[in-house]
Amino acid sequence: MSTFLVQRLMQALVLLLIVSMIGFAILHLAPGGPLSQFAASGEMTQADLDRIAEQLGLNRPLPVQYLEWLWRMLRGDWGLSYRDQQPVLHIIASHIGATLELMLTSTLLAMLLGAWIGILGAIKRYSLFDSLATIGAMIALSIPTFWFGLVVIYVFSVGLGWLPSGNRYTIGDGSFLNQIHHLIGPCIVLALVSTAVWSRYMRSSMLEVVNQDYIRTARAKGLPERSVLLRHAFRNALLPMITITGLHVPTLLSGALVTETVFTWPGMGRLFLDSISYRDYPVVMGILMFTAVLVLLGSLIADLLYGIADPRIARNG
Amino acid sequence: MSNSELISTAEPRLAPPPSFWNSPGFRRFRRHKLAVFGATAIVVMTLACIIGPMLLPYNDTFIDIRQRFAPPFSGPHVLGTDPLGRDILARLLMAGRISLAVGFSAMVISMAIGICVGMVAGFYEGVIGATLMRFVDAMLCFPSIFLLLAISALISPSVPSIVMLIAMTSWMEVARVVEAQMRSLRTRDFAVAAVSMGSSNARIMFRELLPNAVAPIVVAATLNVAHAILAESYISFLGYGIQPPTPSWGNMLEGAQSYLTSAPWLAILPGAAITLAVTSFNFVGDGLRDALDPRLDLP
Repeated sequence: MSTFLVQRLMQALVLLLIVSMIGFAILHLAPGGPLSQFAASGEMTQADLDRIAEQLGLNRPLPVQYLEWLWRMLRGDWGLSYRDQQPVLHIIASHIGATLELMLTSTLLAMLLGAWIGILGAIKRYSLFDSLATIGAMIALSIPTFWFGLVVIYVFSVGLGWLPSGNRYTIGDGSFLNQIHHLIGPCIVLALVSTAVWSRYMRSSMLEVVNQDYIRTARAKGLPERSVLLRHAFRNALLPMITITGLHVPTLLSGALVTETVFTWPGMGRLFLDSISYRDYPVVMGILMFTAVLVLLGSLIADLLYGIADPRIARNG
Repeated sequence: MSNSELISTAEPRLAPPPSFWNSPGFRRFRRHKLAVFGATAIVVMTLACIIGPMLLPYNDTFIDIRQRFAPPFSGPHVLGTDPLGRDILARLLMAGRISLAVGFSAMVISMAIGICVGMVAGFYEGVIGATLMRFVDAMLCFPSIFLLLAISALISPSVPSIVMLIAMTSWMEVARVVEAQMRSLRTRDFAVAAVSMGSSNARIMFRELLPNAVAPIVVAATLNVAHAILAESYISFLGYGIQPPTPSWGNMLEGAQSYLTSAPWLAILPGAAITLAVTSFNFVGDGLRDALDPRLDLP
């Protein structure tokens, strides 16, 4: 197990190194590179720009810059925002909470709903419910998230007036209930795609499990069907879902960015968009690296949990 | 039953001449009702977007200032007008041209990149293959929208550059599919035979291995169009994609949120068009997956 852990960690670190090179290349491929922010202001002469490049070390060879950047990154210095000179790590930390809140609640909702739809579809295979769920999942995967957000706002905020149309809480009212009320809309929107994914994989995983011998054994020894399905089949069908959830992190992050934009949710996705429009490259780069770390962590944790949850998987080399 | 009887009963039932229309694959595709629906919808949408604008009395950029915010089915403008008084139907069709064209061309380019990378990585295992696939893995570590937006800030937004942008960020899945295919195919007897006959590497890759990997590639290509249309709509909605006055389904939605109370059709219609197009391609992709899988044969 520990050999496996070390191996996976090494793999993740190598990937992260490549990721940082790609990110760095993207940052410096910009016309004018990170300097374009200053060049755009119009008050700078070429001499000023040259001096800034000198001060920020941007006039040195790219590999040297990369190594220096990497060294600072490793010591926890992610640079300063061009916009307000705040440390990048500090800015990300102040936005990540809202995004995680959104991602976790919608994942939870998607798991419950998706598992329910998937199990029911697997039990009543080829029934009307199953066909509708199949079509529904396909459509859910095709709906642009931002448009679904607009529809939810139109129906539940504009039409029915049940939900607020944006923000994390009403200014001046930071109560828990008020925050929950604001969370419902974006949570539903972000959960749509995850629910579709979960229900599809849950269905096929469940179908695979119910044909196993131990399910026949459980039925043969006279267990009630409900107990067979929930205690024997469902628990085993859940195993592959650990991997699915881990691999779903990038999709979830992309969805969160769009959802946050539509619902003016003060999370990392909005921060990323704002930073791009300000050409605030240190923050853009910081968020790119941060999301890559989240994605790698997602698949790493999923692998580890799978090993723990499924004793049949031997990790000895 | 004797042998002669078998032959005599089998003789009159001549098999129909093999063609695309009665191939088992096409029959399987036809049985997939959703795929047939998707294919029909794609054909109808494409034709409407090509022919439609020529038949309409309004140009997509014609500003009818006295008819601003006209709701659908209420006046001369069938689907209403936008905040500038431009005909929504005309804009939807012209936007469809752009969005579908972006989807198809981004697919073609991303397939070309993905097939090349996957083929080389799968054929030359070892250092080259491992390096290429680690690069693919690393690219997949970025959530797609983040990557799209980060690069979009670097380029001047035009239709060709948006196509390139989407293609550059969506070839990785294809590369993975092709790489896996190449790795399993190159150990097969026919590939080994080609090697022993002294065929060049390029010939083995393009003439022997690639044709045998066509089925998963076709499926991936169809799903890639869906992905590209969706990606275009996301970045255009966020303001970094196709720029007005050129309409695309995504940028028609860009300002729609501010008029959600007074003019909801501005948001509903383009989104419905995107959903229909993307769903159709996903349905077709699903149908092709079933149709091209030789393990599922008709009874």
